[in-house]
Amino acid sequence: MDQALSQLCETVRAASEAHTPLLIRAGGTKDFYGNASSGTVLDPRSVAGIVDYEPTELVITARAGTSLAELEQLLAENGQLLAFEPPHFGANATIGGCIAAGLAGPRRVSFGPTYGGVRDFVLGAKLIDGRGQLLTFGGTVMKNVAGYDVSRVLAGSMGILGVIAEVSIKVLPRPMSHHTLRFEMTADTAISKLNEWAGRPLPLSASAWHEGTLYLRLAGASAAVRAARHQLGGEDFDNEQADAFWIGIREQTHPFFADNAPLWRMSVPSTAPALSIGEPQLIEWNGALRWLRTARPAEQVRECATRAGGHATLFRNGDRSAGAFTPLPAPLAAIHRRLKAQFDPLNLFNRGRLYLDL
Amino acid sequence: MIPTMESTLHALSPPAERSRAVDATRQRSLVDALRAFLPEDAVLFREEDTRPYECDGLTLYRQLPMVVALPDTEDQVRRVLQLCHEHNVPVIPRGAGTGLSGSALPHHAGVLLSLAKLNRILSIDPLARTATVQPGVRNLAISEAAARHRLYYAPDPSSQIACTIGGNVAENSGGVHCLKYGLTVHNVLRVRGLTIEGEWVEFGGLAPDAPGLDLLALVIGSEGMLAVVTEVTVRLVPVAQTARCIMASFADVGEAGDAVAALIADGIIPAGLEMLDRAATRLVEPFANAGYDLDAAAVLLCESDGTPEEVAEEIERMTAVLLAARATRIQVSNSEAERLRFWAGRKNAFPAAGRASPAYYCMDGTIPRRRLGEVLKAIQALEPKYGLRCPNVFHAGDGNLHPLILFDDADPDSVARAEAFGAEILELCVQMGGTVTGEHGVGVEKLDQMCSQFDRATLDAFLGVKSAFDPAGLLNPGKVVPTLHRCAEYGRMRVHGGNVRFPDLPRF
Repeated sequence: MDQALSQLCETVRAASEAHTPLLIRAGGTKDFYGNASSGTVLDPRSVAGIVDYEPTELVITARAGTSLAELEQLLAENGQLLAFEPPHFGANATIGGCIAAGLAGPRRVSFGPTYGGVRDFVLGAKLIDGRGQLLTFGGTVMKNVAGYDVSRVLAGSMGILGVIAEVSIKVLPRPMSHHTLRFEMTADTAISKLNEWAGRPLPLSASAWHEGTLYLRLAGASAAVRAARHQLGGEDFDNEQADAFWIGIREQTHPFFADNAPLWRMSVPSTAPALSIGEPQLIEWNGALRWLRTARPAEQVRECATRAGGHATLFRNGDRSAGAFTPLPAPLAAIHRRLKAQFDPLNLFNRGRLYLDL
Repeated sequence: MIPTMESTLHALSPPAERSRAVDATRQRSLVDALRAFLPEDAVLFREEDTRPYECDGLTLYRQLPMVVALPDTEDQVRRVLQLCHEHNVPVIPRGAGTGLSGSALPHHAGVLLSLAKLNRILSIDPLARTATVQPGVRNLAISEAAARHRLYYAPDPSSQIACTIGGNVAENSGGVHCLKYGLTVHNVLRVRGLTIEGEWVEFGGLAPDAPGLDLLALVIGSEGMLAVVTEVTVRLVPVAQTARCIMASFADVGEAGDAVAALIADGIIPAGLEMLDRAATRLVEPFANAGYDLDAAAVLLCESDGTPEEVAEEIERMTAVLLAARATRIQVSNSEAERLRFWAGRKNAFPAAGRASPAYYCMDGTIPRRRLGEVLKAIQALEPKYGLRCPNVFHAGDGNLHPLILFDDADPDSVARAEAFGAEILELCVQMGGTVTGEHGVGVEKLDQMCSQFDRATLDAFLGVKSAFDPAGLLNPGKVVPTLHRCAEYGRMRVHGGNVRFPDLPRF
């Protein structure tokens, strides 16, 4: 173990002895996400850098404090990418924060090997637990069923189990070619078309519907993209403009996200009909992700999500007294409490960030 | 020091002697309690009835269960769990029993809970591309039922005709197409099940990113130790319009490994990428008539799927890369029949091993692909040490090795040598930066090697996960995570013995 890493373990051990709560925070680009937490700030950016990257192994191992932008730049230089297309939400985003937040971008619901969220690409991790011990889960190989798959659980854990010190991630080649199409249609038509297309072997890579227009990104082998354009029709969207559009969706710089009204992230089965709630919506992931701007009370929004068979997260702004995330059923909440106690017996890390009582 | 035959001869008790006797009094009262809500023929306890359940696909370990329970409704499963929890009785869930690591090995004082009768496909939603099924549904049956919608379930372990989706969830099963289409964990959306207390739980869901920690990722691959699965919703994907396969020969296994790296460097993710070494092609060819080049040191099978245009483009690129990577012979399938013939050899490797030898022991390590040549040569070098042959088939795309150790299960010495050979291969995988199991699970088989792969703090964290789900420690106890004592014994043996042997300790 090198000095920076052992120093970070030592800091956690000292906090554990003094029972000092810790707030894990690197670049702070996702401060807005989850519930408010408090504690002495622990900045893991002292532990940074690429540990191992052999492009032909399709795996990159990096320390948690590594800049997300630099990591993606390195992959791009080698013709590869993070398939889950994570949002950065600022120049200071780190790979550790990216994993802990567990947020994926437009490519999450794509065809073929790039399908999947953050957890689908996590292969291994080093984690500093609440005793200051460095634990090693998973590995650097794509198939590994030795022990429970704890490293995938870190994706979206909001830092409540420990300090992520290092991660190994499966990476993929950049698609040979990509192209975006536009269609004028209602939300309901878009939802039913997207689900129908997803059931056919088409190189779908991303979708976004807003105010009567559906944007559809195709990506894959040139022949596949060409054939799909021919099959689907629609209006061609200039590639440069399209790239900027998808970055705007991913980074939430698209005008839909511009004002300060509470922003809700509704996860629903992809075939759920358009939400009848009335306020402005933006639909992604073939219908499975619905962004909603509304000042309605949390119970009402969550009720609407439950009726659609899903759940709702208060993503930005608004009153979080009911919690940012949908409450858990009792047996799952009990497992969460026991799991948290196993990794962090003194409840040092990110108190309340995921659930107010965790 | 190289161990002699004599040193391994007494290292291992014959499998039968590792098992423990069932307590007849406890058995009687458990049978009575179960029959209060299960029909008579759903509770087995006579030796002739429980004998078929004494092992799974790993026949080196056998143990009679105290009782076998065969519920056919979810509610009966719940009541079995409640009863066992109340009376502190271990529960060992089981699907089709095709597992290869002893995860479903019974417990002498426990209930073997067979989920085979929960075998209904509950619904298929072609628009949402999902299938909801009971755990006893066979893997292949899902794809067969979805076929009329031009959809299928992607993970295809070689036992897919027989293995169940519940077992796949327990083991996080892979298959030959997982480089492109993922493992079980990437293709299961939701699991409904029961805790050991008999409480309903649901992990994941039809909507993405279920609230809270991703417990679904923990449950998949947990070998039945965290919860009992009673319903699974899987993701279905569209059937490709066409597929073609390249069969390439190489004069050296290292060069074949480099060819795989070259394909990926060129930005290609083949739908399937498998390798057989010369010993493996010679083993399967008489059995499968696949047309393998028997002079090649390694044969690579490399598949492309998609639209006809896409496949034509990809096959052309892959052929160019393979030729540049010193392939000595290349054949491209020109018909579906020919493609299936290329695969027949690979898919029949295990039955062929079973025909060529009284028994075979299938290993399952994964290594970083760049170490392939090195590892295969090291395995070849171990053959004379143990006096056993070991052909290799290999999921080349993801680094998952399946060495097949051929031995004679009627000869205790041959059994001991096979186990010691296997253990040394697994140790080698750990040294190479890999893992002791890519897709078959730890079960009871690889408990010792878990001590090499993980440090004590991490193993204790695994025990912590186990107790967060199952505080009483009754679900499939003793599997996957070795105790402190066991690792200490294993460490002592390796230090003092100077060689890898199996301890003659009682295991349970």
